[in-house]
Amino acid sequence: MTFFAQLLQQIVNGLALGSIYALISLGYTMVYGIVRLINFAHGDLLTIGAFIAYFCLVALGITPLTLTIAILLAMAVTPLFGYALERFAYRPLRDAPRINSLITAIGASILIENGLRVVPFIGTEFRRFPTMTTAQWILMQSTDEFGQLIKVTISQTQLLVFFVAALLMGVLVLIVDRTKTGKAMRATSFDMKAAALMGINVNRIVSFTFLLGSSLAAAAGVLFALSYPQIEPYMGIMPGLKAFVAAVLGGIGSIPGAMLGGLILGLAETLTKGFISSQLSDAVVFLILIVILMFRPSGLLGKAVKEKV
Amino acid sequence: MLRVTGLEVSYGSIRAVQGIDFDVREGEIVTLIGANGAGKTSTLHALSGLIPSTGSVELEIDGNRHNLRGIAPDLRVGLGLVQVPEGRRVFGNLSVRDNLLLGAYRRKDDLTKDLENVFRLFPRLKERLNQRSSTLSGGEQQMLAIGRALMSRPRILLLDEPSMGLAPLLVREIFRIIQAINAEGVTILLVEQNAHMALKIAQRAFVLETGKIALSGPADELARSETVKRAYLGG
Repeated sequence: MTFFAQLLQQIVNGLALGSIYALISLGYTMVYGIVRLINFAHGDLLTIGAFIAYFCLVALGITPLTLTIAILLAMAVTPLFGYALERFAYRPLRDAPRINSLITAIGASILIENGLRVVPFIGTEFRRFPTMTTAQWILMQSTDEFGQLIKVTISQTQLLVFFVAALLMGVLVLIVDRTKTGKAMRATSFDMKAAALMGINVNRIVSFTFLLGSSLAAAAGVLFALSYPQIEPYMGIMPGLKAFVAAVLGGIGSIPGAMLGGLILGLAETLTKGFISSQLSDAVVFLILIVILMFRPSGLLGKAVKEKV
Repeated sequence: MLRVTGLEVSYGSIRAVQGIDFDVREGEIVTLIGANGAGKTSTLHALSGLIPSTGSVELEIDGNRHNLRGIAPDLRVGLGLVQVPEGRRVFGNLSVRDNLLLGAYRRKDDLTKDLENVFRLFPRLKERLNQRSSTLSGGEQQMLAIGRALMSRPRILLLDEPSMGLAPLLVREIFRIIQAINAEGVTILLVEQNAHMALKIAQRAFVLETGKIALSGPADELARSETVKRAYLGG
């Protein structure tokens, strides 16, 4: 029973973390789907989102209303950075060999991280992110053989994470599947030149993709900061990398793949933390990357890409 | 309607199109024929603005003259210059319906009449409306590619090798439809390797050879010319 309860608790924690990874991962996968670029600066957009929400919450104090405002503000402002990144760093290199934009992405990432460090009101120190309550609900409880109480709980923050992540992913799927712009996105990712020949302004679609991805990353940043309430300019690196692994695991370019990959990765990480060793959890994540690249490079839901002639 | 002067396309040091001049008049079917690598597709890509080129491309629609230099591909579609690319390039991840709707991406008016028109030309597409376009046969994909282009209400349609890889019966069907589209007032620039069929439906033809125009004239005259017969009609 104790083991079962522990397992259940880790699954709840893992799914909450996984939903955050899934949100970040969507940005990687959509951008890759359209311009075949791994945007390594994507994790830093999460940092920017978290800082915007931080300043908003510090100014207004934290209540459910101000938290909603903070999330929306982060989701509205962060995309400007994502847009600028695409417009000024990646677009000039669109027709250059892919390695050029990859290196640019790494450079952009370092630039944002250290740029934030020199901004006086951000700086290098760790800051405590405002959190609401530590309220939690008991999902299950019983006593073990020694009469000790065991509980499986879900915190208010975790519930919020599930709710926001599910809502945003639902909206994203609706946009991509149902709207004209979403269809144009899928067409552009399938064949950019053919899309241009149909009168689709490809640049605008690429920008839109970056806006969507950055907005999701910002929301994920706020959720991440609420769950692990400490923020600093490097905070986006690890979740960014893990979300990248999640995107590869799910099949990069595939939207359902990114969601699935994120959840699996969150579970793998917390289960390792709970049952094996917390020091090993990051290693396990990257082991997954190595294994997937060796045995199924197109990911769980991705299609093997045939080289176009 | 379309006047091309001194068009040049280069890929690095390779000059794929070396300064060609040709024109297409309103209501005509004009064909650009030539062997593999003669520069036909490069010419069409340059006309659509997909690749950089030098020289001048002028489009005249309803008495308004547009110099296409520096105009983005999507805006050219808005002007009425639409291309059906080589190899069909339908959006395989989307349904037939979505492919057709994307053809009309720039339009905001009612599409019912245009859809009906496409279904009249290609009844097969109506049966396959909800099917993923990657599951269509080659012929059906070609029909979809043409139908999709028609959805944008082109004034001049550039067709790149519409007969490629199709069975002879289907080739005839596609050419018949091209003539029908032309009869409805759409000017056609047809690029073909199947010179035999192309010369049959075109009024005028230009023969492209290693990036230059080698011959030009009325299509029936070219079809009778010895050089063309030897090089492109197999005897």
